[in-house]
Amino acid sequence: MIQLLKKNSIWILAGFVILVLPLVFSSGFAISLMGLMGIMVIFALAYNMLLGQGGMLSFGHAVYFGLAGYFTIHFINLMSEGAIGYFPVSLLPLFGGLVGLFFGVLIGFVSTRRAGTIFALISLGFVEMMTALAFILITFFNGEEGIQADRWVGPEPLGITFGSGIQVYYLIGVWCLIAMIAMYALTKTPFGRMSNAVRDNPERAQFVGYSTQRVRWMAFALSSFFAGLAGALYALHFEHIGYEAAGLELSGEILLATYMGGAGHFLGPIVGAILFTFLKGVLSDLSSVWYLYLGTVFLLTILFAPTGIAGLILRHEPIWKTDVRLLGKMVLPYLGALITLLIATGGIIALIEMINFVADEYSQGSILSIYGIAVETTSFIPWLAFGFIALIGIGLCRLTFPFVTRNWDAIMDTVKERMLR
Amino acid sequence: MNALIFSIFNGTLYGLLLFMISSGLTLIFSMMGVLNLAHSSLFMLGAYFAYSISTVVGFWPALIFAPLIVGVIGALIERYGLRRVHKYGHVAELLFTFGLFYVFEDLVQMVWGKVPLPYKIPESLNFALFTWMGLEYSAYRVFMVLISLGIMVALYWLIARTRVGLIIQGSLTHPHMVAALGHNVPRVFMMTFGFGSALAAVAGVLGGNVLGTEPAMAAQLGPIIFVVIVIGGLGSLGGAVIASLAIGILTNMAISYDISFKTFFVALGVSPDAVGVGQDLIATTSGSIAPILPYLLLVLMLIFRPRGLFGTRDA
Repeated sequence: MIQLLKKNSIWILAGFVILVLPLVFSSGFAISLMGLMGIMVIFALAYNMLLGQGGMLSFGHAVYFGLAGYFTIHFINLMSEGAIGYFPVSLLPLFGGLVGLFFGVLIGFVSTRRAGTIFALISLGFVEMMTALAFILITFFNGEEGIQADRWVGPEPLGITFGSGIQVYYLIGVWCLIAMIAMYALTKTPFGRMSNAVRDNPERAQFVGYSTQRVRWMAFALSSFFAGLAGALYALHFEHIGYEAAGLELSGEILLATYMGGAGHFLGPIVGAILFTFLKGVLSDLSSVWYLYLGTVFLLTILFAPTGIAGLILRHEPIWKTDVRLLGKMVLPYLGALITLLIATGGIIALIEMINFVADEYSQGSILSIYGIAVETTSFIPWLAFGFIALIGIGLCRLTFPFVTRNWDAIMDTVKERMLR
Repeated sequence: MNALIFSIFNGTLYGLLLFMISSGLTLIFSMMGVLNLAHSSLFMLGAYFAYSISTVVGFWPALIFAPLIVGVIGALIERYGLRRVHKYGHVAELLFTFGLFYVFEDLVQMVWGKVPLPYKIPESLNFALFTWMGLEYSAYRVFMVLISLGIMVALYWLIARTRVGLIIQGSLTHPHMVAALGHNVPRVFMMTFGFGSALAAVAGVLGGNVLGTEPAMAAQLGPIIFVVIVIGGLGSLGGAVIASLAIGILTNMAISYDISFKTFFVALGVSPDAVGVGQDLIATTSGSIAPILPYLLLVLMLIFRPRGLFGTRDA
């Protein structure tokens, strides 16, 4: 019993965190944002079944997410009209998953015939078709407006009506936990292993007797199932679905979140989705060019940290397994690098915001508030000042970053020595 | 008949523009195995630079300098971006160009604003060149056709008949052999990338004032040029010509004829006075499905002939 608890401690911890979070952050906005995080975690993990585990780069996975959302909304509306019998709202994500599975099997049959670049292009083709269809089949998709539904429908078991945000949050939380465990378990099955094999060495997998196409197809279908599950939750969360939930933009966002979190590790997409949703919820209000920052960070991730955030953290695994105290030696270099990096980016961001303000035809007046400071954009002094800060920051970075590398190398040497001993 | 000729003319024009963009893309792909997802952003940059330059010194210098600038940007992307990412594999390369696409779109919005630019046809070419069968043919559009045809011929000549073309072709198939003969293959790659980007920019300069110069133009055209090079066969210039023209003419005809699919759907069993989705299907016209025609072609092509029209190998 104890052993069982110990083995599953990470899931129990995750469940506990999901349970407690709304008690800590109890504002309506926070609960809504955390609900969205849960949805995006499921979606990102589903996406990573393709990108990380199957080596398939899709630019259109929101299609299955969005279609499931549309079907869910229609399902609720039909229920409230009394056209069909009653189906518990809390089980609707399962229905959404089946919708995703259906389209995943159907479209996957065509698109998984090829891997690599061609697969990526087909996924792009399907997402474009999906967006165009949303404006042709108006009755079903209702074009730009999308469709709405009231999730408060049917009988109320134990007083659960899903009228309030907190109830929907817990619904998302439960499904998120189930989906996480299920997807983690999938990676441990022979199918999960075959998926990795087809990613790494398709020829060899074929030689052993597997159809690479069928393995990809299966991975695609299962991934679409979980994407559909997330899509149904999304529809329940917002009580609305529009073409943007099935389009290129969301597909790109989930790709960015998954990759920046780290596609190589199961934790990566979870970290990525949570961080991405938080930043989007907070930053997109603060800056109108937040996509520029996002894109730049994405490019930097590919160039300098292709294993993502999870990869960066797990790089330290050999250190803390050898001796946790060794990590202490990295605190000072990391702190220095972080501070100088903040100075540099602070200056650069200020400059970008000023350019954006001056170039934007909708901005009023000539005074812009950056970091709470009112800045006169017509004067050259703030340009000079922020440019100076940026340069100083970059210069300091060139001092602190080698310091990090030196310390890192020294610690890795110690680790190797102790391992050999 | 008039409408047919006119839509073929416009379709050819659009197709030639598509070819100019996709030829660079397909060259780069067959050389480095990288599909540059930001290729349409370079087309967009071409149009924006052309606008800025033409407001200062006029259209003709813009036709020269905008592609040059974009060519240099392209070469820099290859040298300092893709070459570094190369060691992480093709997915990372694809992702890198995908990230560039985002960055370019926002940079353009930041510098030139979110609204479409008033990039106009040059005054010297803004007249009806001739009238044929009651329809006027604008001098600028005829000029566009001539330039595109000129570039097509020049490109063929360059690749097939010159020493430079020989080295490029050699680098495609036998990079190690070409390097052993003393050529700097990475530099050939960089130059080809720059050249392909410049070609896309020429299309931007010529097409920006007809198709509209706005931040969304890259996102609109991008997927279509990928369709073009997949249908033509990855890496095949001849295939890119045929596929561009086919898609250009097809989408233009679908829009200008605007055939209703009512009889078709009725024959399929949708009742003429259907409600709901049936009603939408009855109301569908070829004009309304024109935007998805390229993608339908793509899917059909991948089902029946995955290597594309002239592809030599399965992609």
